[in-house]
Amino acid sequence: MKNIFKQAFHSPRFVIGFSIFACILLTMLIYPLLMPGNPLEMIGLGTFFRPGTYVSVYDALDADSRTIKLSDADDNRLAKAMSDADRISMMEWLAVAGVPAEDIDLRDTHGLISLWKKYYDPSVRPEGMTKAKRNYYERLNNRLVAVTRADTITMLSPDAETGEMEERGRVAKTDYVNVSDVTNVRRLPLGTDNFGRDMLKELVSACGTSLFIGLVAGGIATFIGLLLGLLAGYIGGLLDDFIMFFTNIFTVIPSFVILILISFSIDQSQRGALTTAVVIGLTSWVWTTRSVRAQVLSLRNRDHVNLSKLSGHSLSRIVLTDILPYIASYVVMAFILQISSGILAEAQLSLLGLGPKTTTTPTLGLMMNWAMLYSAHINGAWWAYYPVILTIALITFSLNLMNTGLDQVFNPQLRS
Amino acid sequence: MHEGSNRPTDNRPTENCPTEKRVCLSGTGVTKVFGAGSRKTVAVDHVDFSFNEGEMISIVGESGSGKTTLVKMLLGLTSVTDGDLYFMGKKRDIRTRRRKKAYWKGIQAIFQDPFSAYNIFKKIDSVLLDCVHMRGGRHLPHEEKIRMISEACGFVNLKYEELTNKYPFELSGGQMQRLMIARIFLLRPKILLADEPTSMIDACSRATILDMLMKLRAEEGMTIVFITHDLGLAYYVSDRLMIMEKGVIVEQGAADEVILNPQHPYTKQLLSDVPKLTEPW
Ligand SMILES: Nc1ncnc2c1ncn2[C@@H]1O[C@H](COP(=O)(O)OP(=O)(O)O)[C@@H](O)[C@H]1O
Ligand SMILES: [Mg+2]
Repeated sequence: MKNIFKQAFHSPRFVIGFSIFACILLTMLIYPLLMPGNPLEMIGLGTFFRPGTYVSVYDALDADSRTIKLSDADDNRLAKAMSDADRISMMEWLAVAGVPAEDIDLRDTHGLISLWKKYYDPSVRPEGMTKAKRNYYERLNNRLVAVTRADTITMLSPDAETGEMEERGRVAKTDYVNVSDVTNVRRLPLGTDNFGRDMLKELVSACGTSLFIGLVAGGIATFIGLLLGLLAGYIGGLLDDFIMFFTNIFTVIPSFVILILISFSIDQSQRGALTTAVVIGLTSWVWTTRSVRAQVLSLRNRDHVNLSKLSGHSLSRIVLTDILPYIASYVVMAFILQISSGILAEAQLSLLGLGPKTTTTPTLGLMMNWAMLYSAHINGAWWAYYPVILTIALITFSLNLMNTGLDQVFNPQLRS
Repeated sequence: MHEGSNRPTDNRPTENCPTEKRVCLSGTGVTKVFGAGSRKTVAVDHVDFSFNEGEMISIVGESGSGKTTLVKMLLGLTSVTDGDLYFMGKKRDIRTRRRKKAYWKGIQAIFQDPFSAYNIFKKIDSVLLDCVHMRGGRHLPHEEKIRMISEACGFVNLKYEELTNKYPFELSGGQMQRLMIARIFLLRPKILLADEPTSMIDACSRATILDMLMKLRAEEGMTIVFITHDLGLAYYVSDRLMIMEKGVIVEQGAADEVILNPQHPYTKQLLSDVPKLTEPW
């Protein structure tokens, strides 16, 4: 047995799968230590903040400022103030004003602005231009002028006693603060979700819950499958008929349908992560039962089992020492697959709104469900669902890789 | 004619005093049917036999004639479709586990393929220890158990020190089969069913195995049922022959009679495959 697991690490597939899985596990264990706190705390007021580093504006004003003169600072400000649509509109105006098309470069902010300053005249009324469009050009012009006009911004704050506004300081265009000098900086590598919660923190926590669900569901399914398979295969007779009758019923009705029905019939308030895991486990033992039974059927007539019987061993001892070790490798592989399908089943259930109803722990499926309910895909909030999909894919991929790797070790015929 | 055969006649105590013969295992109309309907196979078809104590009986038949199935039925490892079996004069009753265990103290087997007869996850020691325990030696001191096991290994020319802590797959086929005989030596059953014990191992080990079986009979007075597809070999070792064809015993009798006076065409055909049997070597 020890040898087999040593051998497993010679299989590249197993090693890759195991490494990915170990990385996920390590992240799950270490990240909460580095970033403690409730993963479901709603820190952002508003939905779907973009991923990035959030710097407190208030604290930035207090931080030591340094003067840095950058020649392209103004251009950058202007560029930021002009959308692509604005640039095209500007080009249209310039064309009407008689600037040849080859002189205009849409991407050259500096050139575009200088042309604009030269040719824009709010009093001109080009033929066929609507009033709305003329107003738009005026607003655009005002905006561009505003970006570059004021050299300093004066900050006022009310006096605590009199309530009169007092000058607190001035911020010049050339003032810079070091981000590390700002007291409050919050990195949100994956932004926030629809409830303003830190996506990364939530994802790590969800990953743990989903793995727990997978483990419990896989454990239950494998245990039931193994037990029924051993009983049906080794004892046979009426018991076999009885077990196979139920197994066949469960095979014919897709287990996912049963899963949905059971989940639906359990009261929402009682559907925690554990309940969901148990329900998933209770509906996915069928294939393990069938294959364990098939293997036991072929094992029970082998001579080593006969010899064990002739040595007077009890039924339980024969099952434990002469049958189980021979199917152990298979059971381990089935268990790995059951974990991965348990995680997927939870994701599917939650996507349908039948997953664990919980306000304390997120799961991967629930995160998908929230992203869908709040139309993350329509809002362009890719960070609300792609990382979740990727995590689910990575977990199942690594588990399946480990499984095929083990398969190669256990079935030498598959080694090519 | 008799002078021509080179059988070890001195190895047959039963022939000298036929009045002492006691039937230890017999059966009437023993039948085994596998499957049902169109896929029905009659593996053993209404077989009658009786084995006497201390005898060496050979069951000869080509592959697929139902020899192994008969052995499994005699051992109680497969159910008997039809017919009755008698063990030590009484109808065999192995319906409970306790009775089965008691039955297996009296009847044991050596299987055809030594490579599949061992649990590959168990060390050799445990196989032999199980035998000591089955003979009621569970509470013996450890040294005494080791002594018994060493003695058994010595009986089959193996050294316990070289076997201990090894797994079955670390041995050769011949060694494994000898270990099976060591097991029998420890268990000392009344009846030993040896199902083609030499067919899967190399020619060198074959003679050793046969010698050891003979020794078991000579020293322990064991009844040995020797299953083989080789009529020559069967004639060489046994007192009585049973010829089996497609599940039916077509001919049985004293070894000399069957070989020198074959009645059934199938026996004659088998004999013609071993031409030099009745002539001097
Ligand atoms: N478990 C089984 N199920 C169905 N048929 C079997 C089974 N075991 C043996 N048979 C059939 O019974 C016949 C006798 O087999 P067997 O006793 O193994 O022959 P032998 O040992 O003489 O070679 C064969 O035709 C074989 O196919
Ligand atoms: Mg056979």
